[in-house]
Amino acid sequence: MNLEKYILAVITMNREKVSAGGAPIFFVSDKEEQEKVAVTLARITEGVIHDLENGVFILVKH
Amino acid sequence: MLEQIDPFMQTVFTGVIVGTLTRYYLLRRDYRQYPSYPHGVVANLSLGLIAAVIGAVAVPALAEKEFTAVTFLALAATQFREVRNMEREMLLNLDNMQLVPRGPEYIEGIARVFESRNYLVMFTALLVGGATFWGNIFYGVLTGVLAVLLTGMLMKGKVVGQIANVRRGNVYFDGANLFVDNIHFMNLGSQEVKEIYLKRALGVVIEPFNDNGRATLANNGQRMAIAHDAAALLGVYRDVDTAEFMPIVRRHLDTGRVGLVIVPIEPDVKYLIEAVKRVPVLESALRLPLKNAIGRKAAD
Repeated sequence: MNLEKYILAVITMNREKVSAGGAPIFFVSDKEEQEKVAVTLARITEGVIHDLENGVFILVKH
Repeated sequence: MLEQIDPFMQTVFTGVIVGTLTRYYLLRRDYRQYPSYPHGVVANLSLGLIAAVIGAVAVPALAEKEFTAVTFLALAATQFREVRNMEREMLLNLDNMQLVPRGPEYIEGIARVFESRNYLVMFTALLVGGATFWGNIFYGVLTGVLAVLLTGMLMKGKVVGQIANVRRGNVYFDGANLFVDNIHFMNLGSQEVKEIYLKRALGVVIEPFNDNGRATLANNGQRMAIAHDAAALLGVYRDVDTAEFMPIVRRHLDTGRVGLVIVPIEPDVKYLIEAVKRVPVLESALRLPLKNAIGRKAAD
């Protein structure tokens, strides 16, 4: 089995919603910073930003 | 003057010339086929010439009762199977470099076309050779033209427009999820990306006419072909590092309708619909459940 999609990073404003896992977690203080960090990371890693709609963004490699 | 030439030679030459012209005619250049490069055309024409020679020589060989010579036809078949492998390998390698790949299924279809066209050339040359040998050159050429027209008609595969209705769909977001009409596509987080989608993206909905169309459109290779052709004709607003702008085709499970969302360079929905309608239905994707009694009964 090979994994084709995997989470590269987690960008969140809420520390309680995530816990340490396979991907690095980036804590941000507001929506604007979250968007900025997510876009920057997406450009660097060629990942896609997904919104879990609970204040957590994940970057996924497709 | 023509009567002075040996009838065997007449047969072979007419067969070869008409056969090679057939190959040239079949190499119509359009956006789907790669051999618009000068060297690709030369390679395929040469193989067409060889196929025509084999086909044309078969008639005089038969007339002379040289039956062993006809076994060359079998030998030729193995050679042309090699063509299929060659085309498949090359297109698969090139596919990795494309912004919107064709997909292995589409490539298999193209490779198969390349192989079968050589056989068509061989048969045309055989027919032309026969008509020239037992008639004259005039009949030979006439047979050639008829054979080409006939292959053109018989080998014309279906297109998406014949199995489904294609219409515009409304692109919108529900939270972070992208929809076209009620077909869910993907989840997108970035506000910037969402704005580009709302501003530039076009959506179409492909509604199959019946269960055959529904089963065919469910095929992933067919869907990749639709995305590829749409992107090839209208351009695609993406680069290697923006996977989120990849045109994708998704299925609505309840109805079997299929949606396409694409962020094109040319935002012209009329031509997008036209482009989708003209996507060939892949031979390997074609499903005909309604041809079977069980499929027909299950359908109602």
